[in-house]
Amino acid sequence: MKIRLIDIAHGRSGDKGDAANIGIIAYDDKGYEIIKKHLTEEKVKEYFTGICFGDVKRWEMPNIRALNFLLNNTLGGGGTVSLKHDAQGKTLAAALLRMEINLDK
Amino acid sequence: MKDKIRIASGQGFWGDLIEAPYLQVTKGNIDYLVMDYLAEVTMSILQKQKNKNPNAGFAKDIPPLMKRILPFCVEKNIKVITNGGGVNPEACANEIFAVAKELGITKLKIAVILGDDIRTQIDDLISKGHPLKNMETGESIEGVKDKLLSANVYFGAFPIVEALKQGADIVVTGRTTDTGLTLAPMIYEFGWNEKNFDLLAAGTVAGHILECGAQASGGNFLGDWQSVENFAEIGFPIAEAYPDGTFVIIKHENLGGKVSFETVAEQLVYEIGDPKNYITPDCVADFTSIKLEDLGNNRVKVYDIKGFEDTEFYKVSCSYSDGFSAVGSLTYSWPQALTKAKAADKILRKRMENLNLKFDEIRTEFVGYNSCHGPLVKDVDEDSINELMMRVAVRSSDFNSVERFGKEIAPLILTGPPAVTGFAGGRPKPSEVVAYWPALLSKKTVTPVVKIMELK
Repeated sequence: MKIRLIDIAHGRSGDKGDAANIGIIAYDDKGYEIIKKHLTEEKVKEYFTGICFGDVKRWEMPNIRALNFLLNNTLGGGGTVSLKHDAQGKTLAAALLRMEINLDK
Repeated sequence: MKDKIRIASGQGFWGDLIEAPYLQVTKGNIDYLVMDYLAEVTMSILQKQKNKNPNAGFAKDIPPLMKRILPFCVEKNIKVITNGGGVNPEACANEIFAVAKELGITKLKIAVILGDDIRTQIDDLISKGHPLKNMETGESIEGVKDKLLSANVYFGAFPIVEALKQGADIVVTGRTTDTGLTLAPMIYEFGWNEKNFDLLAAGTVAGHILECGAQASGGNFLGDWQSVENFAEIGFPIAEAYPDGTFVIIKHENLGGKVSFETVAEQLVYEIGDPKNYITPDCVADFTSIKLEDLGNNRVKVYDIKGFEDTEFYKVSCSYSDGFSAVGSLTYSWPQALTKAKAADKILRKRMENLNLKFDEIRTEFVGYNSCHGPLVKDVDEDSINELMMRVAVRSSDFNSVERFGKEIAPLILTGPPAVTGFAGGRPKPSEVVAYWPALLSKKTVTPVVKIMELK
């Protein structure tokens, strides 16, 4: 069965220099198990091909059912150096929530 | 000792909702109003203003704001803490005094926190063995040293605590951490020990939740945003803090917005790195220890926070001039809006190449199509695109190239693909690129100065 991440989680993203931070929060414990299993560093890195040019780091925050990601080399230099329309990565959490997850895998 | 205090967020950044601090002091009871004005590049802008005018260099929004809120702050004994002093907290205090006089206020004590500006001490610090290497890339500061526009140490809560102990009604700081603004009144009111790192972490987390204004109370909420009531009169968050480090995030009942597990959780994950190591000058907070309990009625309890000893370093934020950039745009309508916009981009690039213009980067995005999610966007049937905006941005160390780019946008209307509009407001002008240089500096090298100023 396929689901969209946005159906089980929400989140927020922003900038840390040239890195983007994306926090993804599951609505319930079951959702947290799903995002923990499926949103690996490798999978997020692959998903953001063409946007994230550095490594992806992931940390778990089980108390609030959240995963925090740092995507290095993502914002075109960051700050006022970046020429991107979304120079602060504000819409990247939404981009990740658009991901489809195959629960059977 | 008070059994609880209410600390209200008034501004999440310079440019935030101007009505917010007014509503915080008038629509309910609070003890402290905290306002964050400083983003990373703000200091360089303020430094430029001060270079031109020795009485400038702080957040100009503050004096007119104080004119509106001071009478309420005096009447209700609300203390104001802000880092909007920028690179000139004393000038900011003087303008607040001028406003107070106009209002007929006769007694007012403002503390300014100084000593964070190390711009003139860089060579000295380097010679004494503090290399100020870029903490993200490890690069030596030598290459940018002569281009520095600003250099400031981030102070934490304790200089503000000292100011409150000396009876300040208003505390105006230079570069202070956003979290320190909120933590300070808790330390002061509850007499927290400077080595009780769990408590310092709790106040730091409260500061993190308040520091972006309404982002904790329903603004920019990516969950069920339509459940947020009355965005037009959104209530900014308030931390109702208790001596044991527990606090409850609330908002004024008669204002809009939403405080829930989800809205607070979204702010907790905002702009953090390793959640176990949230480093401030005051402590290292462990964000994985945070527990949230949604109490209903727009109240969320935050508790059980753990922290660790602060590091031996201050973070330093430097900015330096790094070339020029400009952004131009044109709007293409149906039919074939995307194909035409892509063709126009190609024409523009060819013309700039023919002119031998030199750029470090040229970036083209199509607003309405891919400017947010880039290569992740789904293919669309071009006939369904009503219109889109071609947005071209350039960056170069060569001012003339950037300036000439600005002159190549409008001609595309009469010399390129059809059904194009949206060129208004003149040619895009080059603006200075301000790059950011984060570094670490031993805490032993800098001492914050608390200066009390009184209305005369």
